[in-house]
Amino acid sequence: MADVALHTPAGEHTTTGLSNTKLAVWLFLGSECLLFGGLISTFMLYRGRVIGSGPEPAKGWPTAGKLYNIPFTSASSFVLLMSSLTMVLAVASMQRGDRPKARLWILTTALLGCCFLAGQAFEFTHFYRDGAGYTTSLFTSSFYTLTGFHGVHVAVGVVMLVSLYVLSGRQQWGSEKAESVEIIGLYWHFVDIVWIVIFTLVYLIPS
Amino acid sequence: MDADTAEAIEPASYTDAPGGHGETGHSDMVYVKVFVLLVVLTAFEVALSYSHIGRAFIPILAVVMVLKFGIVVSYFMHLRYERTSAFGRLFMTGLFLAIVVYIAMLTTFRVWSS
Amino acid sequence: MALIERKGQLELGDGGDRAEPIGVFTRPMAETGWRSWVTTVDHKKIAIMYGVSAIFFFVVGGIEALLIRLQLAQPNGKVVSAQLYNELFTMHGTTMIFLFVIPIGAAFMNYFIPLQVGARDVAFPRLNAFSFWAFIFGAIFLNLGWFLGGAADGGWFMYAPNSGTLFSPSHGIDFWTLGLIITGIASTAGAVNLIVTVLNMRAPGMKIMRMPVFTWMSLVVQFLLVFALPVITVALFLLMFQRNFGATFFNPDAGADPLLWQHLFWLFGHPEVYILILPAFGIVSEVLPVFSKKPLFGYPFVVFSGAAIGFMGWGVWAHHMFASGLGPISVAVFSITTMFIAVPTGVKIINWIATMWGGRLRLTTSMLFAIGLIGMFTIGGLSGVTHAVSPADLQQTDTYYVVAHFHYVLFGGAIFGFFAGFYYWWPKVFGRMLSERLGKWNFWLMLIGMNLTFGPMHIVGLQGQPRRTYRYAPGMGFDMWNKVESVGAFIIALGVLVFLINAIQSRKHKAYELDPWDARTLEWMTTSPPQPHNFDAIPTVHTLDEFFHRKYDEDPATGAMIKVKEADQVLEEMGRDEHIHMPSPSYWPIAVAFGLPILAFGVIYSHILIVVGALMVLGSLYGWAMEPATEPDSGGHGGDVAPSTELVSHG
Repeated sequence: MADVALHTPAGEHTTTGLSNTKLAVWLFLGSECLLFGGLISTFMLYRGRVIGSGPEPAKGWPTAGKLYNIPFTSASSFVLLMSSLTMVLAVASMQRGDRPKARLWILTTALLGCCFLAGQAFEFTHFYRDGAGYTTSLFTSSFYTLTGFHGVHVAVGVVMLVSLYVLSGRQQWGSEKAESVEIIGLYWHFVDIVWIVIFTLVYLIPS
Repeated sequence: MDADTAEAIEPASYTDAPGGHGETGHSDMVYVKVFVLLVVLTAFEVALSYSHIGRAFIPILAVVMVLKFGIVVSYFMHLRYERTSAFGRLFMTGLFLAIVVYIAMLTTFRVWSS
Repeated sequence: MALIERKGQLELGDGGDRAEPIGVFTRPMAETGWRSWVTTVDHKKIAIMYGVSAIFFFVVGGIEALLIRLQLAQPNGKVVSAQLYNELFTMHGTTMIFLFVIPIGAAFMNYFIPLQVGARDVAFPRLNAFSFWAFIFGAIFLNLGWFLGGAADGGWFMYAPNSGTLFSPSHGIDFWTLGLIITGIASTAGAVNLIVTVLNMRAPGMKIMRMPVFTWMSLVVQFLLVFALPVITVALFLLMFQRNFGATFFNPDAGADPLLWQHLFWLFGHPEVYILILPAFGIVSEVLPVFSKKPLFGYPFVVFSGAAIGFMGWGVWAHHMFASGLGPISVAVFSITTMFIAVPTGVKIINWIATMWGGRLRLTTSMLFAIGLIGMFTIGGLSGVTHAVSPADLQQTDTYYVVAHFHYVLFGGAIFGFFAGFYYWWPKVFGRMLSERLGKWNFWLMLIGMNLTFGPMHIVGLQGQPRRTYRYAPGMGFDMWNKVESVGAFIIALGVLVFLINAIQSRKHKAYELDPWDARTLEWMTTSPPQPHNFDAIPTVHTLDEFFHRKYDEDPATGAMIKVKEADQVLEEMGRDEHIHMPSPSYWPIAVAFGLPILAFGVIYSHILIVVGALMVLGSLYGWAMEPATEPDSGGHGGDVAPSTELVSHG
């Protein structure tokens, strides 16, 4: 019954009693499924097309199996999973009102995110040296586009986390700010689940 | 998406218990356990990729992937503990559409037989 | 973008005693003048800006059409070259769809959704402003090709391989691609905004099934936008990477499949056509009851069929690809799903006709356009049904028969619906009526013009006149009908001119009375134009067609509805809320939006600009996040995101 507007935990008056921002974010994440779905589908279509149209590189056309370093990528996946844990611990701490702990977990999450990105950069540098440039073949173009979009999403998440860390130190932040942390957390976990899909479909299945 | 059936959320109760109960009413240990489960599943996936089990590989991997996906969404993203189904329904609509249309599209390209 | 809002609303200082904003710029507070428009977050002002922009691009697209028709008025026409012709039909389609129909829909939806649900503004007012500025910058960017080496020339559907740099070396397609990415961002943000508004900002008692049909159809449209836009975004990025960074995603020579583009494009493209038509369906569902003096027949059916159209629209996209070599199974499947989707639209047509049946019709201009929609859309829908039969479509595809189909549904459907909306809601928005006399001329010129222009296209199309071809040889049987079509196009143009004159002249009309049409829905329970805060008191809603039921009551003797109150009395009885909180204006939305075309320029011309544009966006996002939605000293709650709907019910 929408006869009276309800209060959200953060104090807004809304028809459903749910936070505007939280509704918006879940909806946005739903739309992101279609974005990543398109990129993943493009990869799935082109993952076997390793012959390019340019001159053949000296080492031959790199295929997925030859290129990947599964142990390394597994370590990256572990790092990202751990960052999801630290993120949810940050949210839980914030909801308890434990700001110092929350900030610690937020910073840790950001650092783990940076580790992941560093790992990606390292990995891609090696791929490039092994002959897999962006335009080498449809496989490489699709691969880099998909993982690149994901990486940009991680980077945006890191920026938001660092901003959150800095801002939460400057003024009084009580448990009513928990929602902001929760919102960034939702985004961060989504980026993690996209990686779960990418790791399986892109890395593990071809090898 | 009938928001009228969304029940009022009671104001969250915050306690001061250190390392104790947050809004979900359970402790942080649950999250750690979930994390460990995710790590185990990932390790299983990777180990499987080194073994040679033939045609069962892809289906098993797909199931594990969906499991991990679901666990993160339910526990880390809190969907399991929300009193409303609105968030889940908004997200699942996008997810459902993505899965259906992209699988249909890839089917017309006959990628599954490669 | 939603990620702006995720930074949370930050209290600067301890709950209200903040003195200085963080950063260099003080909060704009202008209420008049150009600055008030540039910094506005008021949904009504934003809507008017959308509307003016849309009408401007309607004229631009119309001129492009007239040039096409001048070229085709005779065989072997020499009015334009083949290259220019390609640019004209590409830009005509792109402009009409993305820069006219979408934003005019946005104009109506932005203006009326908050009013129809009883809210003071949308859920995220600054995001709303951002959406408009990103749209207009994207729209201008898209058209820069005309001035910088040639406009896009691959058709509005931009099929590969014509879309590649080999066949289209000018930057036109790059402006097109990047321009659409920017407008796509604008629409995605707008969709999230309006969905949350409809779900979360309704007045007390405004249950989902008491909402006006226009709001309902708009809700379906926003869901379609939010889920379909990402798909074309992927396609556009892939094309952009191909054209600017050497990728080969759609290049058959490199082993790519050009059908990938087609699938991604039409996965968006088909929901897009429902995005184009549903708002017009919503407007008609408002207009018909008012001018039939009868409630809408079968409200739940009209609502559910709209939702059904939205849902089923996802299952038909490959009917645009029947001739592409999909294979018989895919073609058969999509043929069947396409036939099914005619059903919910048929339901609406039946309900609209049943609404008019037995009613006391008033044939105002608005009503004429609404009835015109029913007729013209039915014709277009029927040719659509013939397309669904895939063997028949193999003859129809790529001919003028298809052009006839979609112009009947788009011009006779969407555009007629919007014109019905103009004549119906003009007094509400501007406080003055449009002339009914000029309106009738407007209507008849457009009706006759469109039938002369698009009617014969059915014939010449089936006789073999192909689309997208800059000339046809004499003696093919096309000559006479093409002349008729070109004459018709100029009659349409005359009709549009009459409308523009009507619009401009309306300023001289006297301010009208409060409720000129004896309307039914909540947006009429305000002054005209509405005050910035919309309602003096947020009403409590008890029923569908709340306004109607406050004016009319059932006569116990006869059972008929008789008028017991006039509109001014209803308004007076609503009272006034004590605390009205409105969001404050802001620079940041336009600042963030401005970084986007800079970034896009960088992709085409100089990669350093990409960094510059990105930094502008990032910096402005910080400014946005640091700024409270409402200034405390203006009487608002410092931390609210949306204007609060104070829920003291005043009956």
